[in-house]
Amino acid sequence: MTHILNITGVNKTFGGLHALSDVNLQIEKGETHAIIGPNGAGKSTLLNCCIGRLAPDSGSVTFNGKNMIGMEPHNINHAGMVRVFQTPEIFPELSLLDNVMIPALAKRDGVFKFNPFRSMIFEHKIRDEAMSTLADFSLDQYYDQHAGSISRGDKRRLELAMGLVQHPTLLLLDEPTAGMARHDTNRTIELLKSEKMQSMTKVIIEHDMHVVFSLADRISVLARGHIIATGTPEEIKNSPQVKEAYLGESDNE
Amino acid sequence: MKGLMQNNLAMMVLFSIVVLSAPIWANPIGANYPDLLQKFAIFGIFAIGYNLLFGLTGYLSFGHATFLGVGSYTAVWSFKLLSMNIIPAILLAIIVSGIFALIIGFLSLRRSGIYFSILTLAFAQMAYSLAYSVLTPITNGETGLQLTQQDPRYLDVLAGVVVEDGLPSTNLFGMLMKANGGYSGFYFAALILILSFYISLKIFRSPFGLKLKAIKSNQTRMKYTGFNTKPYLLTAFVISGMYAGLAGGLLASIDPLAGAERMQWTASGEVVLMTILGGSGTLVGPLLGAGVIKYFENIFSALNQAELIEVFSFMPEFLQNILVFICTPFVGEGWHLTLGAIFMLVVIFLPGGIIEGLQRVSGYIRRLVGFDKEQVNKESKEERA
Ligand SMILES: Nc1ncnc2c1ncn2[C@@H]1O[C@H](COP(=O)(O)OP(=O)(O)O)[C@@H](O)[C@H]1O
Ligand SMILES: [Mg+2]
Repeated sequence: MTHILNITGVNKTFGGLHALSDVNLQIEKGETHAIIGPNGAGKSTLLNCCIGRLAPDSGSVTFNGKNMIGMEPHNINHAGMVRVFQTPEIFPELSLLDNVMIPALAKRDGVFKFNPFRSMIFEHKIRDEAMSTLADFSLDQYYDQHAGSISRGDKRRLELAMGLVQHPTLLLLDEPTAGMARHDTNRTIELLKSEKMQSMTKVIIEHDMHVVFSLADRISVLARGHIIATGTPEEIKNSPQVKEAYLGESDNE
Repeated sequence: MKGLMQNNLAMMVLFSIVVLSAPIWANPIGANYPDLLQKFAIFGIFAIGYNLLFGLTGYLSFGHATFLGVGSYTAVWSFKLLSMNIIPAILLAIIVSGIFALIIGFLSLRRSGIYFSILTLAFAQMAYSLAYSVLTPITNGETGLQLTQQDPRYLDVLAGVVVEDGLPSTNLFGMLMKANGGYSGFYFAALILILSFYISLKIFRSPFGLKLKAIKSNQTRMKYTGFNTKPYLLTAFVISGMYAGLAGGLLASIDPLAGAERMQWTASGEVVLMTILGGSGTLVGPLLGAGVIKYFENIFSALNQAELIEVFSFMPEFLQNILVFICTPFVGEGWHLTLGAIFMLVVIFLPGGIIEGLQRVSGYIRRLVGFDKEQVNKESKEERA
């Protein structure tokens, strides 16, 4: 099976609002799949339904052939699907190094491990791995600072590092460059294109068309809870439907 | 100094020296009698354990005195039924309070934040009224559980220990706790304190401890990072309950009686105050908090109006009268009023507790002697982490 993530017929309503209506989406192994769409289209909601933050009203989500609906978030993480959040979700009181060591420990220790007499000082392997991941994101010089004290762009990159250090099978990125300055955005694109990340299957929600077109193998367009088109960047660029629903809008901005 | 403190061995050596030399340094501050020194050690253990829950995970329990009480009752029953040796008493106190903590923790941890705190408080009140009235056959209700001459003490009888007359005394394989003017009891409690501190130090600096700190920082994130946070919280809860049980067992080992008042909500509140006053989430803060509270309790609760008049006798009479009038409500029975006032001042002006105060002072001194200012700032930041 080449479809690593299979979303079929997913519906989600909030009160009277149809946030997602009959969403079907297949993510192929190895691809970078972008999801675009105006604000409030339901993009984040869709990711939330995949990683167990929200339960869809109906429909199914399977990952590697396994049903994900009703699974606990920590089990979904260990199944290999990892999410990077839209608003940075970090450990603000802990150091950058600790922030990256924790997901690395999750990978090694599983959902629970009681090892109170093991010393962090001797966790060389985990520390080296976290350090080199921080270095990949040029964050290593701040390794001992509190994560809450760094800039917003750095926080977002830190979160990316936290996701990456787990070597997920599928990485879900929710607007990884939102709120970043141009040069920060470009650096993030470079990172996502880098050798380490290229082979990883990724779903990227993104507003910035520059980012989308420089990264995506395929694009899906979400508008008012409906997937209105899925295709290659060329196909999407030329689709009249998409132009009307989305691209046209953003041209006027 | 900082680098030295990172080293477990150096830290433990220093800590042991400070604790074991307490009879020497407590002399000038008028605290050198075993009763008080034992209290420092035992409530220090209680606070260290409480800090493993509250300081590391941020879960504020208002019911930890329950485990202290359970520990005391268990120990006294062990003295009555098994042996006057304190080792089985203390081990049983730890185990039984651990079981209580497992049950209460399992139920309370279904909620977080204020609801968790309320649940623990509710359980503690239930435990208190059970001990005070309903379970009188086990707890001897209002009077409290005491030793009697008719106690079976099966193990002691097996070992052929005979009690001549009066009540038997608690002992460690024959060494009486009240021997050497009570210093035997203190040194035993001090050794247990050192061991307790060592375990706490190891937990703080382990991957397990780091994960607990991360839960305090952002529990939601921990779940999406692949951790099942419930068992982590429950483990921390049980460990801190066992520390409380250990403290309760020690209290009973030194003075073999147990009463329901040990489980009252004020006792639960006291350990919260100790931890916050000293510096919650720091290694030694809670211990300092316990020491400071027990020390001042000892001074203030012993004072009365007559002594206040004495204290202010050097003043003109009308001033003396005013000061005595103002101070009287804060001493003796009113000591809790003083405690409340101290606590408010600390929370408002020194939210990091005594530890933060010490860091500020040492930072100030270092700047005075011309230490690099930036480095001082950086270090105090690290210290808090
Ligand atoms: N937890 C929630 N409760 C209620 N409404 C929500 C919730 N999450 C999202 N919504 C609503 O669903 C719609 C889609 O939101 P979202 O998925 O965040 O959009 P996008 O990420 O595409 O900007 C919005 O109208 C939003 O207000
Ligand atoms: Mg969104």
